[in-house]
Amino acid sequence: MPYHSIVCIKQVPDTANVTAEAMKADGTVNRAALPAIFNPDDLRALEIALTVRDRHGGTVTALTMGPPMAAAALRECLYRGADRAILLTDRRAAASDTLATSYILSQAIKTIGNYDFVFCGRQAIDGDTAQVGPQCAEKLGIPQVTYLEQLVELRDRTARIRRNVGNGWELVEVRLPVLVTVLDTAAEPRPPAARRVMKYKRARVRAELEAAVKAESEAAAGGKPLPADQLDAEVERRAERLRCAGLMMEQWNLDDIRADLAWCGLSGSPTKVHRVQAIVLTKSGYTEIPATEEGVRRLIRELVVDHTLG
Amino acid sequence: MPNFFLDNDDILFLFDHFDLGELARVQERGFADAQAGIDYAPVDEADAADNYRRVLEIVGDVAGNTIAPRAEQIDDEGNTLNEDGTVTLHPLVADNLRSLAQADLMGFTLPRKYGGLNCPNLVYTMAIEMVSRADGSLMNIFGLQGIAETINAFADDAIKDEYLPRFARGEVTGAMVLTEPDAGSDLQAIRLRAIEDEDGRWYLRGVKRFITNGCGEVLLTLARSEPDISDGRGLSLFVSDRSPRVRVRHLEHKLGIHGSPTCELVYDDLPAKLIGQRQRGLITYVMALMNGARVGIAAQSLGIAEAAYRLARTYANSRKQFGGPIERLPAVAEMVTDMKIQLEAARALTYETSRICDLENNNMLVLELQGGVGAPPASKEELKQRKDLARTLKRLNGMLTPMAKYYASEMCNRVADTTIQVLGGSGYMRDYPAERYLRDARITNIYEGTSQLQVVAAVRGVCSGAFERRMAEFEELQYTDPLLAELKAKLIAGREEVLKAIAYVKSQGTDYLDLSGRKLVDAAAAVYIGHLFLQQAAAARVPFAMPGCGTGVQPMLGSDRLAALRARKARVARRFINAEMPRVRLNCEVIATGDRTPLEEYALLAGPVPPKD
Repeated sequence: MPYHSIVCIKQVPDTANVTAEAMKADGTVNRAALPAIFNPDDLRALEIALTVRDRHGGTVTALTMGPPMAAAALRECLYRGADRAILLTDRRAAASDTLATSYILSQAIKTIGNYDFVFCGRQAIDGDTAQVGPQCAEKLGIPQVTYLEQLVELRDRTARIRRNVGNGWELVEVRLPVLVTVLDTAAEPRPPAARRVMKYKRARVRAELEAAVKAESEAAAGGKPLPADQLDAEVERRAERLRCAGLMMEQWNLDDIRADLAWCGLSGSPTKVHRVQAIVLTKSGYTEIPATEEGVRRLIRELVVDHTLG
Repeated sequence: MPNFFLDNDDILFLFDHFDLGELARVQERGFADAQAGIDYAPVDEADAADNYRRVLEIVGDVAGNTIAPRAEQIDDEGNTLNEDGTVTLHPLVADNLRSLAQADLMGFTLPRKYGGLNCPNLVYTMAIEMVSRADGSLMNIFGLQGIAETINAFADDAIKDEYLPRFARGEVTGAMVLTEPDAGSDLQAIRLRAIEDEDGRWYLRGVKRFITNGCGEVLLTLARSEPDISDGRGLSLFVSDRSPRVRVRHLEHKLGIHGSPTCELVYDDLPAKLIGQRQRGLITYVMALMNGARVGIAAQSLGIAEAAYRLARTYANSRKQFGGPIERLPAVAEMVTDMKIQLEAARALTYETSRICDLENNNMLVLELQGGVGAPPASKEELKQRKDLARTLKRLNGMLTPMAKYYASEMCNRVADTTIQVLGGSGYMRDYPAERYLRDARITNIYEGTSQLQVVAAVRGVCSGAFERRMAEFEELQYTDPLLAELKAKLIAGREEVLKAIAYVKSQGTDYLDLSGRKLVDAAAAVYIGHLFLQQAAAARVPFAMPGCGTGVQPMLGSDRLAALRARKARVARRFINAEMPRVRLNCEVIATGDRTPLEEYALLAGPVPPKD
């Protein structure tokens, strides 16, 4: 039987390749200095969803909340095989913590409706909270299975999932619909498919069209923007052309998902960052360990005393 | 996250230098696919060049992040022959092939109506290089897409419809089944029989040996359909599906490319379909197939050499002896710079060859379509121009294809060998991949025609005017930069030496031509490549003299970076030309001695045949 999956993805700063400019003087992230990438765990979540669809049929819908530039991550989903891509973007959603984010995402998931799976990456490499997936499940009122390592079996309305619990694994059986968070060891993500890249490289959300039309008109008119109605008409003309070609990605705001604004953005976020501390690790010296029995024994002893081992 | 496209300045530079936008209009035939509503077809030159760049980025990603990390284990463990005469690929080889198929890369040059990407050969050559840098042995399956191309070029529509979409989806891989125990370089001696029954069905019976990927799902077999004709005119080409009627009897144990299964095949009345016409198997179809395959091996050589060079460069920089990195030692510095320059020289020649192949193929296709239904009417002048062009390109390719295969594969062996030398004792150990690179490199100047056979083919082109005409075109380019102008003068002197040597050889008969072949081809290649370097440094090119060519697109690299890379190329050209022109003179001087003692005094000089034990 076919299964319909929703994959929640996030575009994140590439914290794995941090340079000296990565942090501003005030300790916040300098997003301009870090390239935006597809959150690695989410890529595995997408892969699991695509594998389910390839084997059983159904659809994969990619959903992300973020600024218009996050559309690039949605295109990556289309390149790899997603059937539908939705950008949830709204200034009123800015500064949302995990609670507000999961509220907004769950509203979007309800709006999409008719799903069997919601797949999320275990956690995003910028916040590292691993809270959004589980909180979404709670708000959707559906079961959750965290830390998926392997989708062992899928039969009718039941999934058997092996979850990694750190020093071992559990095999759990769960009724659909279910929200699953996926580990980065779960699957090797497939590469983008060349033919889909050639097609979907033109896919856009409305905000991107608006920005492009605005920039072009300013460049053409020597910095003087066209009247708003003309801009809108041009955006609509381009959007229509993309829609005909199946290249218009959906863009939703908080009204589209009937979100209660009190639960969104800053007002819906009880988490307050008290202080951000910049920790710079310095090394004061080094020890050379001779490659002998005795040398290795001394090293192990030191690591045990240090509580690095054991 | 290494990307073997984006981390390679020279490939990026050549991508811009060759300007794929210009080629795109010819390749896309006026962008007809997009007009016919194929949603992934490009709409104009910039769009097509952007697609090529994106495809190469995918290849670079898969090669760097997926294939390369698996190469060592595949080399250690190899593939498995089963008792029932089938082969189980190493699971990581199977995974690699699945990744390539998922990325839509297995129908690289096939037309879109079969699900292919319709990329030019030049882009495919770059892709093969990157895959080979990751794992030289995987190229032997990825680089076999010429099989599908051969079916596309010569088979009837029913066969094309049956096979090509499966190739493009990556569901099947193929083998070109030519070699037999007594028919290696001499394919005219093939004995495997093709027998036709009363209903016109064909069956194949016999033995084939050294078949790369002979366990593949689709076999393209050269067989003797005319038992009464004993030479190449008695051979036809057939396509078959894998079945229990063809068994792998033996999987070869090889020096290198362990991931590539090399099979001995036993055909027991395997059903087959005829490709094209009888008797044209070797003389038309296999010759075309092998020409493409030779450029593929040149690209494979580039990839293996690139991997080896990078290892040597890194090691020379990090290994400290005598109080500093060994690259400060003059002998090591020379080894590392020479290997890099030789690699770039071979790349320049190979990519140039691919570009000329693209022109020739596309021009031929237009000519063949003239009589076809719906073919665009061409003026008489255009037809004549195209026919002239077809002859010129055929001659040029007849020289360049074997020259590039010879030059790149010999370069690959030298570079892989030098890498071990730079690493010293460590290079000889299995701790580093240096020894794997050398083992993998060693086949490149043997298969698809040995270096000696490539020289025989290339020297005909060198001596028959193709070289001279091309040099005349190159020498018309004027360089304002004094360094480049000075280097060009040296190349002109080199060309004159080569032409003198050619005139001398021609007066000495065929056996002396063959005896002098390697020296002549070496000399001609050095002059040819010297010009290519100058053109790269000056951003100059001999434009396409072909109707319907595009106008080119914006380069992908920024202007500062491009300028820096061009300035560097001028230095590369200087080093190359200054080192190579004395060798050109040396080769020509040896030729002028007329020494034919290896022929005349063979028994004396080679010594007696050693007695059997």
